[in-house]
Amino acid sequence: MSLLELKNVSKIYGELKALDNVNIHVDQGEWVAIMGPSGSGKSTMMNIIGCMDKPTKGEVLLDGVDISKESSKRLTDIRRDKIGLIFQQFHMVNYLTAVENVMVSQYYHSMPDEKEALEALERVGLRERARHLPSQLSGGEQQRVCVARALINHPELILADEPTGNLDEANENIVLDLFAQLHKEGTTLIVVTHDPEVAEAAQRTIVLEHGKVAREVINENFGK
Amino acid sequence: MTIKNLVRKPGRTTVLTLLTAFLALAVFGGSVVVLSLRSGLNSLEARLGADIILVPSEAQSKVSFQNMFLQGTTGAFYMDASALDKALEVEGVEKAAPQTFLASLKADCCSIKIQVIGIDPEKDFTVQPWIARSLTRALGDMDVAVGCKVEAGIGEIIRIYEQRCKVVARLEATGTGLDTAVYCNMNTMNQLLKAAEEKGVSHKMASGDAVISAVYIKAKDGYDIDAVNSQLNSCVRKATAVRTRSMITGVSDSLAGVSRTVTILIIAVWLLAFIILLLAFVLIIRERAREFAVLRLLGASRGMLARTVLLESALCGLLGGVTGVGLSALLLFPFAQLIESALQLPYLMPDVINVVWLGLGTVLLSVIVAALSSVIAAYRLSRVDPGSALREGN
Repeated sequence: MSLLELKNVSKIYGELKALDNVNIHVDQGEWVAIMGPSGSGKSTMMNIIGCMDKPTKGEVLLDGVDISKESSKRLTDIRRDKIGLIFQQFHMVNYLTAVENVMVSQYYHSMPDEKEALEALERVGLRERARHLPSQLSGGEQQRVCVARALINHPELILADEPTGNLDEANENIVLDLFAQLHKEGTTLIVVTHDPEVAEAAQRTIVLEHGKVAREVINENFGK
Repeated sequence: MTIKNLVRKPGRTTVLTLLTAFLALAVFGGSVVVLSLRSGLNSLEARLGADIILVPSEAQSKVSFQNMFLQGTTGAFYMDASALDKALEVEGVEKAAPQTFLASLKADCCSIKIQVIGIDPEKDFTVQPWIARSLTRALGDMDVAVGCKVEAGIGEIIRIYEQRCKVVARLEATGTGLDTAVYCNMNTMNQLLKAAEEKGVSHKMASGDAVISAVYIKAKDGYDIDAVNSQLNSCVRKATAVRTRSMITGVSDSLAGVSRTVTILIIAVWLLAFIILLLAFVLIIRERAREFAVLRLLGASRGMLARTVLLESALCGLLGGVTGVGLSALLLFPFAQLIESALQLPYLMPDVINVVWLGLGTVLLSVIVAALSSVIAAYRLSRVDPGSALREGN
């Protein structure tokens, strides 16, 4: 069953076609990597799927709802209820501790629950670092907090933009293992990356070039 | 989250709080000074309680007289007691009450020279109502009522020209020179005058003559006070009639000048601080754009973000307002006497309830101004485009 479907989606900035008539679909529970060189349209696609931007043309169906026609307020609601976001630069709130950063996501979604937030941090192996500020955490630890923050509201889709771009190999493996666990639990994952090793961890890779889908690669070794 | 931001960004919070504290200090301090001056003027007007004061021509009327009331300088001038009867004969005079002044050399009760004022309790209509607030009978012989700044309690004996006088009443503060005066009846005054003469202090009148220093006059209703004043000047020889209103007007003019200066100062400080706060919040927009973009991505609505900024600034305003009012109170109340002597105007602190209301009003104003100054920041930050803000951050 399809969770996300992009139908003839284009995003045009003046003369530039950042996305040009793109068609993709992502099934519920699937782990998809989106690859491509700089300027291929990865970030534009991430922004559209993440309800941060709207396409110039085409339809974007998320859980059956065409989000390309929704208002900014409605997009905020959809993003909050259905999507967990992870970024290369982590983007933690720098004056809040790790557990408070997770609780902020709960606050805007429903109600902060410290116990649940601590459990989420335990899941990413950071229970002991819960009271630390971002400045007291390593890059890998910050990214794991962001993973905990993304999954705390049980989103249907986790959208990660270069999640391992700023991590060393050890931390990269930790984050990918976390993604694998989430995938096993049925969470849908879309990971935007330019790193082939990260892409290989996914079930399927969609390769973008010049704003178009150049090819799709099924990972035969997935799960082995 | 708002509290955490304020606590964990101490530098920013301190600067914003200090700015609003500066505002509150200027408003509260300035307002208390102006109110104290107004209160002092009202008190002086009430205590004078007469339309006209008749004094010996030698008293140079207004100047020395005014100094006695405003600054508590001591002085004495005398005229024949018959001036009272002559004043009462003038058409339009409803009441006339004599007062006799004597400046003590040094009373053993006091560290400063005091002004002794003799009144006739039966005729007096100016001081008697004030004495009546703490003494239910008339002043007896060798009884004195003291101003609030005379350091002597009820029941104590004070010595003036070696005469023992008993303190039977203390008068409420007026914020004027009258707070350092001592009041007695005419019998006591005559005894003190004799004692003063024995000490070599002459009252420049032939010994044995009845003397007075001033006659307080109330005009009859319906009479033109200026006309009565002119009549007094022409009918009573060697005396000058002075309208109390003209004395008050002089003080009132000075007060208006001080009030104007303080008001301009307050407005200037507010404008300056408002502009600085506005700039500070505008500068914060860039610093916090990424943070607000993240919050937007986590599901915060624009309204929620705007409220966050407004709440933060309002809290800074509250903290600054309380700090400013507190600091101002610490400076103003213990040094009230110093301010009074520096201004050389009647200065009477407003009562506690008014001060509390003024303090609360100032704090509220600080909160409103701080919140208003962050409106631009609140609007801009709530409209931040999360995608582009995060890309800029990268």
